[in-house]
Amino acid sequence: MRVVFTANGRPVEADDVWEGESLLYVLRERVGLPGSKNACEQGECGSCTVYLDGVPVCACLVAAGQVQGREVRTVEGLAGPDGGLGPVQQAFLDAGAVQCGFCTPGLLVQTDALLAQRPRPSDADIREALSGNLCRCTGYEKIMDAVRLASARIAGAGGGE
Amino acid sequence: MTTRPVQAEKNLQRIDQASKDGIGQSPLRPDGTLKVKGEFAYSSDLWHEDMLWGTALRSPHPRANIRSVDVSAALAVPGVHAVLTHEDIPGAKFYGLEIADQPALAVDKVRYQGEPVALVAADHPETARRAAKRIVVDYEVLTPITTEQQCLDPETHGYVHEPHEYKARAHGNLCHEQRLVAGRGVTDEVRALADVVVAGEYEVGMQDQAFLGPESGLAVPAEDGGVDLYIATQWLHADRQQMAPVLALPEERIRLTLAGVGGAFGGREDLSMQIHACLLALHTRRPVKIVYSRDESFFGHVHRHPARMRYEHGATRDGKLVFADCRIVLDGGAYASTSAAVAGNAASLGHGPYVIPNVRMHALALYSNNPPCGAMRGFGAVQAAFGYESQMDRLAAALGMDPVELRQLNAVAQGDLMPTGQPIDAPAPVAELLQRAKDRPLPPPLDPSDQRALPGALSNTSHGEGIVRGVGYSVGIKNVGFSEGFDDYSTARVRLEVIGGEPVALVHTAAAEVGQGGITVHAQIARTELGVERVTIHPATTGIGSAGSTSASRQTYMTGGAVKLAAEAVREVLLDRGRRRYGWTHRDLTLTGGQVVSASAGVLAPLAELLGDEPVEQTRVHRHRPTAALDPETGQGFGHVQYSFCANRAVVDVDVELGLVRVVELTAVQDVGRALNPLAVVGQIHGGCTQALGLAVMEEIVLTDGKVRNASFTDYLIPTILDTPPIPVELLELPDPHAPYGLRGVGEAPTVSATPSIVAAIRQATGKALTRIPVRPEHLTDTP
Repeated sequence: MRVVFTANGRPVEADDVWEGESLLYVLRERVGLPGSKNACEQGECGSCTVYLDGVPVCACLVAAGQVQGREVRTVEGLAGPDGGLGPVQQAFLDAGAVQCGFCTPGLLVQTDALLAQRPRPSDADIREALSGNLCRCTGYEKIMDAVRLASARIAGAGGGE
Repeated sequence: MTTRPVQAEKNLQRIDQASKDGIGQSPLRPDGTLKVKGEFAYSSDLWHEDMLWGTALRSPHPRANIRSVDVSAALAVPGVHAVLTHEDIPGAKFYGLEIADQPALAVDKVRYQGEPVALVAADHPETARRAAKRIVVDYEVLTPITTEQQCLDPETHGYVHEPHEYKARAHGNLCHEQRLVAGRGVTDEVRALADVVVAGEYEVGMQDQAFLGPESGLAVPAEDGGVDLYIATQWLHADRQQMAPVLALPEERIRLTLAGVGGAFGGREDLSMQIHACLLALHTRRPVKIVYSRDESFFGHVHRHPARMRYEHGATRDGKLVFADCRIVLDGGAYASTSAAVAGNAASLGHGPYVIPNVRMHALALYSNNPPCGAMRGFGAVQAAFGYESQMDRLAAALGMDPVELRQLNAVAQGDLMPTGQPIDAPAPVAELLQRAKDRPLPPPLDPSDQRALPGALSNTSHGEGIVRGVGYSVGIKNVGFSEGFDDYSTARVRLEVIGGEPVALVHTAAAEVGQGGITVHAQIARTELGVERVTIHPATTGIGSAGSTSASRQTYMTGGAVKLAAEAVREVLLDRGRRRYGWTHRDLTLTGGQVVSASAGVLAPLAELLGDEPVEQTRVHRHRPTAALDPETGQGFGHVQYSFCANRAVVDVDVELGLVRVVELTAVQDVGRALNPLAVVGQIHGGCTQALGLAVMEEIVLTDGKVRNASFTDYLIPTILDTPPIPVELLELPDPHAPYGLRGVGEAPTVSATPSIVAAIRQATGKALTRIPVRPEHLTDTP
């Protein structure tokens, strides 16, 4: 089948897609967006989290055919308007929240979604929002720091409540 | 014992001029920008024109003979390019890290569930998987050998490896054993010296490394008949060494490049898909990519050895240890992997960081038809720490003593002997680490008003009733570097040249960056030694000598040390050039801020001018001081390079009615010798503590008759951000005179030490004995 959708603002299409393929597979193997990661492929780890029409989803749990005509935004689409790092990306880097980095793309999208909805989350809010994203390297402490830092910077830049 | 005081003094030279982003600072990771942009190429992200996808057919049985394999139906599937069995292997059929006892593809029998039997290459991964299911394997299913009792009675239950198959170890299902006797050993006379004796049996479940990036890589056949492999691994050269005989290629025609590694934790020490991808690529003459699913990953790498341990400790009335006796049985599963070294560690470290005048130890690693076990963070020291630290709490209770005071009373310190007879010739601040953990303020009491702070959280299982808080302490010891006489070395090449008018250092090693931040530290070392700002890290390849493994907490020590030596050599060449060219006679020259500086005469020349268009390149090999094998009967010997210590305090809330545990805080205090990159050091300690938390309360590969029952992240639980508490970290920096910059390997000690503190805290809250980890709700509620 042929799948046509919007990825990070650009129209993309994939031909000869097998019906069993996931959005994750199509992103990674067919349209050149391997940033979303394949750690469990059953919706437990959150490494493949992307926005689908503005809602964070596990791309591994979305059948490719379901994205027909819809908008997908991945980690590759989180950069700032000038192409530099977005505030969440920069905060993860600065805080030391990236070690092996395999969980990072999914955490960035999930954090972006959290801060869009709740610009100044409490620690309990952060833990609740990120509880579907596994990280095996950091023990989450620096991830907490990164989200707090991103929140403070966004609020400081006038993006807060 | 070997000491090198002159060398030691040199290692401790002060770096007077702190370079920007040099050692001791926390510059950002050089790969960090790519990683947060989603542009970092992990081994599963690789793509090549015309590439095929490979997959393996694995045995569903833990023990079976193979009567026949029929691949014809698989070969007939459109899109399939190759189906291979062991008969297609051009060279040796067996490989292994220490002993070549593992078949690349099963030969006539399978010894564990998940053993690869055949390979398929196809134009789509799903085609490959479906074709693999059409391979017909006729198995004669046998009763698996899975328990200690079965393993140690081969006359009745049989052999995992028949004695004739395996000349090196012709004594049944015992893969390795290490005994140790210190002082007078443990006899009735010695026992009689103790006023109080406590004994206990302890059990540790099988833990998985659960790195997030699945095993994967891309093999590209080369024009010279060789192969290029882009791979996520912990040790490029050891991979190649094991691959070459199987592929029947000289090592120089197998070129490995490190692809992005999504975590490792020991699980990438053994080969996974390396040989398979290369066999398929060489057979089809097409690039072949293999990416494991999570399910296959659970079957595709070794796990942490499960252990059964019996400990007995005796002490005087005032708490001084008199003797300790221990037997540790480690289940190594079907193949040797690193079982011998794991058992060696369990034996030499298995009595903990304590002074014990009389010791006996017997550590065994068994062959069984359970999944193969090998390296995981903590490597033999983790299992034992749960045993000896549980014993310390039991002894403290029997003596009516404070558990921290009992530990401090018996703690080793610099100058003491380990039970191996090896003197501890570097700082060992065990008592101080414990004191600092104890002195930290406790977290505030439970606030039941936020449901999310309770055990059970939003499951709404309690509003504060039935919840009891507990506090527990522990300390652990881990060796750093490869031990027991292993020739452990690392190689680094450093090149200094002018690019765009600026001096730039290029650092090339074969060290595997697996997420820990080694490349950040290598660049910091180059900056500090060469006084430059710009450093480029060359991709890790087999195009340079081995760096050894990214394991045993050794890479900053070993490859960091090699980068330091190579950079120092570059500096000497450059200064010699200056002396010849300009007649410098100063004895106080350094490279600082891009210039050659004399402490007395000031700036002598810009580095860029001295370099001109003549780059300087030097390659150096770094070895740590030699170690020696342990005597097989007495366990005596200078076995370890360096020791690493961490102490923890755990605070838990337990719903004693439902058996739910929430870890409230997990404090870590660790001596790191010198923190070359404090941010990365703390990150290692956080991660190490969290994996220990997983072992304490949730992580276990559950087996029934050798079969894995939970090969997924749905059923094998690792800590989420909700399970993981704040982890306050306090660092001590007491330099080790034998180590580069005085540093101490960091990554494993907290994984060794933290688990027992959590279990101790749960014991305090519940009064339960808790002799098995992970602790499950039913252990706390006595539910059958």
